[in-house]
Amino acid sequence: MNRFPLWKYLLILIITGLGLLYAAPNLYRPDPAVQISGQSSALKIDQGVLNRAEKALSEAGIDYFGGEVQDKSVLLRLKSIEEQLPAKRAIQEALGHSEYVVALNLAPTTPEWLMNMGASPMKLGLDLAGGVHFLMEVDTNSIVKTNMEGYAAEVKSKLREAKARYRSVDLVDDREIVARFRDEELRDLAVRTLRKEFPNKLVLQEAGSGANLEVRATLNEQEIKQLEDYAVSQNLTTLRNRVNELGVAEPIVQRQGRNRIVVELPGVQDTAEAKRIIGKTANLEFRMEAKPDALVTNKEYFEYRDERERAAFGGAWLERKVIITGERVTNARVGYDENGMPQVNITLDSRGGEMMHRATWKNVGRRMGTLFIESRFLPEKSVDENGNEVIVQKRVDDKKIISLATVQSPLGKTFRTTGLEAAEAQELSLLLRAGALAAPMYFVEERVIGPSLGADNIKVGVTSVQIGLLAVVICMLLFYRVFGLAANIALAVNLVLLVAVMSILGATLTLPGIAGMVLTIGMAVDANVLIFSRIREELRNGMPPQSAISAGFDNAYSAIVDANITTLIVAVILYAIGSGPVQGFAVTLSIGILTSMFSAIMGTRALINLFYGNRRVQKLWI
Amino acid sequence: MKETKEENGRITEYMGKRVYDFMRWRKLAAVLSVVLVALSIGALAMNGLKLGLDFTGGTQIEVGYQNAPKLEDVRNQLDAAGFKGASVVRFGSDNELLIKLPPEVTESMTQRSARDEEASQSIGDNVVGELRKGTDGRIDLRRVEMVGPQVGEELRDDGGLGMLFALAVVMAYVALRFQYKFSVGAVVALIHDVIIVLGFFALFKLDFDLTVLAAVLAVIGYSINDTIVVYDRVRENFRRVRKADTEEIMNISISQTLGRTFMTSFTTLLVLWALQFFGGELIHNFSLALIVGVVVGTYSSVYVAINALMALKVSKEDLMPPVKEGAELDEMP
Repeated sequence: MNRFPLWKYLLILIITGLGLLYAAPNLYRPDPAVQISGQSSALKIDQGVLNRAEKALSEAGIDYFGGEVQDKSVLLRLKSIEEQLPAKRAIQEALGHSEYVVALNLAPTTPEWLMNMGASPMKLGLDLAGGVHFLMEVDTNSIVKTNMEGYAAEVKSKLREAKARYRSVDLVDDREIVARFRDEELRDLAVRTLRKEFPNKLVLQEAGSGANLEVRATLNEQEIKQLEDYAVSQNLTTLRNRVNELGVAEPIVQRQGRNRIVVELPGVQDTAEAKRIIGKTANLEFRMEAKPDALVTNKEYFEYRDERERAAFGGAWLERKVIITGERVTNARVGYDENGMPQVNITLDSRGGEMMHRATWKNVGRRMGTLFIESRFLPEKSVDENGNEVIVQKRVDDKKIISLATVQSPLGKTFRTTGLEAAEAQELSLLLRAGALAAPMYFVEERVIGPSLGADNIKVGVTSVQIGLLAVVICMLLFYRVFGLAANIALAVNLVLLVAVMSILGATLTLPGIAGMVLTIGMAVDANVLIFSRIREELRNGMPPQSAISAGFDNAYSAIVDANITTLIVAVILYAIGSGPVQGFAVTLSIGILTSMFSAIMGTRALINLFYGNRRVQKLWI
Repeated sequence: MKETKEENGRITEYMGKRVYDFMRWRKLAAVLSVVLVALSIGALAMNGLKLGLDFTGGTQIEVGYQNAPKLEDVRNQLDAAGFKGASVVRFGSDNELLIKLPPEVTESMTQRSARDEEASQSIGDNVVGELRKGTDGRIDLRRVEMVGPQVGEELRDDGGLGMLFALAVVMAYVALRFQYKFSVGAVVALIHDVIIVLGFFALFKLDFDLTVLAAVLAVIGYSINDTIVVYDRVRENFRRVRKADTEEIMNISISQTLGRTFMTSFTTLLVLWALQFFGGELIHNFSLALIVGVVVGTYSSVYVAINALMALKVSKEDLMPPVKEGAELDEMP
């Protein structure tokens, strides 16, 4: 009696073994490191860069090891976390600010054979690793407004074409176009015209009376939703590009809800810099190439942004007059022409289209340049009023040519740039889109956790897990002796499995997550307590030991399942409604419930069976 | 062995285990519960919940000084710098301060940063920069939390909705697995626990933030767990024990699960104490809410959940499996 078939033991062993394997990477603490990458993806990062960085570190007297050249970056490991900032400064100084990004990072130390199996440590949440969390809200009203302005202009011109003479056309409250008419006939004509010209876009409503008849037009809900979606996803792309520039190890840039974006930058210590880069303005300008005989006061010289082009042509003279800026660009996508050659299709808003048309219809055959403007903040030494040397961040506008192409025919709302290679087209479209945000954003939430607090949180988290675990282990041993020992082993397995599952799922460990783990320890023994008290009861009823064990497990089963499923339901709901910290707690709690059901029912049973199974037992140590 | 032992017509022992007469105190317990809930609602009405930053919006900045500063100095310094209405308290140790800025100040700061790119420095940096001017010692910026007021409002609504949803789903599950009277009893017990934990936080004016909300939901999870275990026994005993009335069935069930209830509550409380004493300031209130919740939840699974069953006049018939249709037909020759 009370024997498991061999396969059950094997299954438990295999699961526990896998658990140990996938939980193992969490034992290896990552090395503090600095990572060097290029400002633009075109820049090559090679051994030469590594050598220069190593030299800079040696000169600054900072210990380093394990320098390696990775795909598009160089990684240097450091001995201590305190040396990260000085190391970053030294390297940045040596390599210059304009071309390279030096970022702090943590380099994993997981052995290669473990990595090859896909095992990796749990990610640490911001409250443990330190870092910044921003929640930004996209001001979607403004994009609706811009669009309505465009529509208002179009409505005017369509009405003029149809000879529906209006008294006035105005934009009211940024959301509604109001056209006024003298008599009913004109208004009917106007309504017919607008229905025909803007089907499915504008919702028309007639109002007013007498000599003051109105047509009110608003954008339909679906259209507004689309605009908002577009604005948010556009801003998301832009933010990703900017965040990449920070060179953070594992940044998170995610949409949240209808119009919010979450940015999480673990390990970032210089929040001011992070905020500047995220909120930085990159912009575009379109200008005609200057005629050779133009006066110097009317033209300006710019360099190419691309290194190869810069080497080949240097730069070009452009007119000082700006045709349009990046705010007018609504979209830029890579496409292919009839011959399969890559091209970039550019879309402007309606006003931009008009301005572009006016500027280009007389200038066919001339070249038009696109300037990419990056605002950078460079540290600059200066002297303050007390005569102390301080470092201030100075804003520098950096304008470079990203495209200079011949105007083939007058350009309008949409046009294209051809003659590019695939990679170039990709980069150009990215730059065009990254140019400006589709809609302004502002910070609605900001959390910064200093690295010292993060380290403290890990310490208190680990301490409370240890003490909680110890207390429960002693308690179980005292109350249930041999069975308590089995329960304790199962509890340890449970913890290992919990960590393993979280690592495999790529879940993020946070302080509330650790709290969830501690709570799981307390509650995981519940299943065993239920079983054991049931066994004691059966023994008291005079059942022989072997049957008591079996009956105890069987009878406790329904209570364990029902109790755990209801708790699981609550945990899942907690995850669904919660944000950040609450979710971390809910994840560990849910996984903990599942793993504890395995370890407390299967695991404990296996141990008890191994110990007592298939032999004559007079007395149970329970 | 005799199944039950009786004394003065009441069951005092069942299957060799002593049966305590829990139900004798059930009226008293009902009064106690009503008083506790009334007190909690009173505290909630009088004091309201002291909602934390997550829900109200605002800014919290935790800074570490080299030497313990005078709170008054720091307050004056911040006031002079234009951070009106800042509250400054010690946090954890003497050297650490928690500075709170009201939502209005936070909002004006965020709007400024939206308009003016140059001013997009973080509030935390501004405050710490200001504080550094006043001291020669180094100040360590440990944590900044800034939440816009609208975000807080949404969280508040989501939290409330989530709680109601959790109760509804649990109720449905229990109705499915047991019977509707049991689900009513379980939910009454849960509401009882939640109100008392909230009342505790209102009474002692403790900060109610997102982690405490998580704790309250975890209390729901824990308390339902406890209640289900007792109910499971009630269900079993209704089917098994032949000559006992409902009150005696309850007494037997509670007595049988008593050991387990104490043991699990005890181990859970052990780890919660570990969390409270060693888990640091950030999850102090979280563990406190859970400790209160576990104690109340243990009590309610006995006296509220079972009391509700008694009040609803639960009987053997409620748990009989429904007679299968067509079963009689099969027996026909």
